[in-house]
Amino acid sequence: MIYLILILFLLVLIIGSAIYAVVQRDLLYAVIATGVISLVLTAVFYILQAPDVALTEAAIGVALTTIIFIITIRNTVRYESDNDKKNKIKKL
Amino acid sequence: MDDNLLKILEIGVLSTSVLMILIGLYAVLTKRSLIKIVIGLSIIDGGIHLLLITLGYLKRGTAPIFSPGYEHAADKMVDPVPQALVLTAIVIGFAVTAVALSLIIRLYRHHHTLEIDEIKTLKW
Amino acid sequence: MKKFLVLLILAVLGYYMYDALYGIGIGIPRFTDGVKDFYLDKTVSQLHVANTVTSIVVNFRGFDTLGEVTVLFLAVTALGSILYKKRHDVGTRSILFSSSSIVRSGSKLLFPAIVLLGAYVFIHGHLTPGGGFQGGTIIATGFLLMLLAYENFKVSHTVLSFVESFAGILFVVIGLFGFMNGGTFLQNFLPEGALNNLFSGGVIGIIYVMVGFKVATELTGLIYTILHEKD
Repeated sequence: MIYLILILFLLVLIIGSAIYAVVQRDLLYAVIATGVISLVLTAVFYILQAPDVALTEAAIGVALTTIIFIITIRNTVRYESDNDKKNKIKKL
Repeated sequence: MDDNLLKILEIGVLSTSVLMILIGLYAVLTKRSLIKIVIGLSIIDGGIHLLLITLGYLKRGTAPIFSPGYEHAADKMVDPVPQALVLTAIVIGFAVTAVALSLIIRLYRHHHTLEIDEIKTLKW
Repeated sequence: MKKFLVLLILAVLGYYMYDALYGIGIGIPRFTDGVKDFYLDKTVSQLHVANTVTSIVVNFRGFDTLGEVTVLFLAVTALGSILYKKRHDVGTRSILFSSSSIVRSGSKLLFPAIVLLGAYVFIHGHLTPGGGFQGGTIIATGFLLMLLAYENFKVSHTVLSFVESFAGILFVVIGLFGFMNGGTFLQNFLPEGALNNLFSGGVIGIIYVMVGFKVATELTGLIYTILHEKD
């Protein structure tokens, strides 16, 4: 029973982090959320009996992908601009 | 683990992977920021990896690694072919993400914006 | 309006995707006498390798792995050419900060341990989970730690390109040796040894070490290039 609760918690964490990463307008927080997705995916791969894939995901998904996203944000802009309203006004 | 628990695990993992693909697709279709689109692509990547590993899963299976004394336990092992495929796919996905992000840096240097509505020189 | 349309399309797509995938059935053995059984049988009876994923990646699908490392190399080259700038701009770090002395001493202490862990992972790739890709990435992570802790930590590009091309050439040469023994590309020509020994599996261990060096140098070069990007 405790095993089931653990697995369902991991799966809900994946979905929640994915939705947070898409909705959040601060791109740095969104990138950290994608890192959390990769970290939880590592545990799920281990439960599904794929230790090789879990090691690869831990090394590449958590560390390297997050760091190159952060370097890109450092070189460009941090906030996604909220220009839905502006576009509507332009069209009107 | 009894059978009901395994059933819940399978349904949960399968619906999680489908939901991840859909969430990533939503980000790619509706968002305007280029970095958000790449984040959506990487979420789709993770969903597809989870889906492939789930399709290779075997009930009460073990990892496909032999140990001495158990050389004939091959029928109790999960499918190793999707695992090798996903191993390749993760590395290639990282390379694709890196090239996409470098293209984004280059675009920002020219246009000073990341919104795809405002980058108009591609249209003619 | 557009978001509702997208949500509607995604709902329809998700319903059919879930329906089709659930119909396959998960957790049941689907293929009898499939390619899975062939690989699992040949791995332990012919190659004497413990880890089946390694034997698929390096031996049965070894030519694909050569293509994969080439794709990684091409990605690093493309990154360098996309971010190319005039000569006098190169070398200034984009992320300028001074890390504290605790971070500096800690990363200096951790760096050899991380490199040792990466080497362990790719040397034992045919016995335990892990292999060239994982170990190479771990080593690149160690270099990343040093690059973040020290502002003027330099990685020599000549050494990187020498190690990378040497590992690639040795991979191809070992593959071509298979032809000389009357087999195919990447055919085994060394003694197999016993299961669960370090020297087992013939050429598989050597090739995975080469893949580890190649991946480590390529990813280190990638991080170095993108970290020295300045707007």
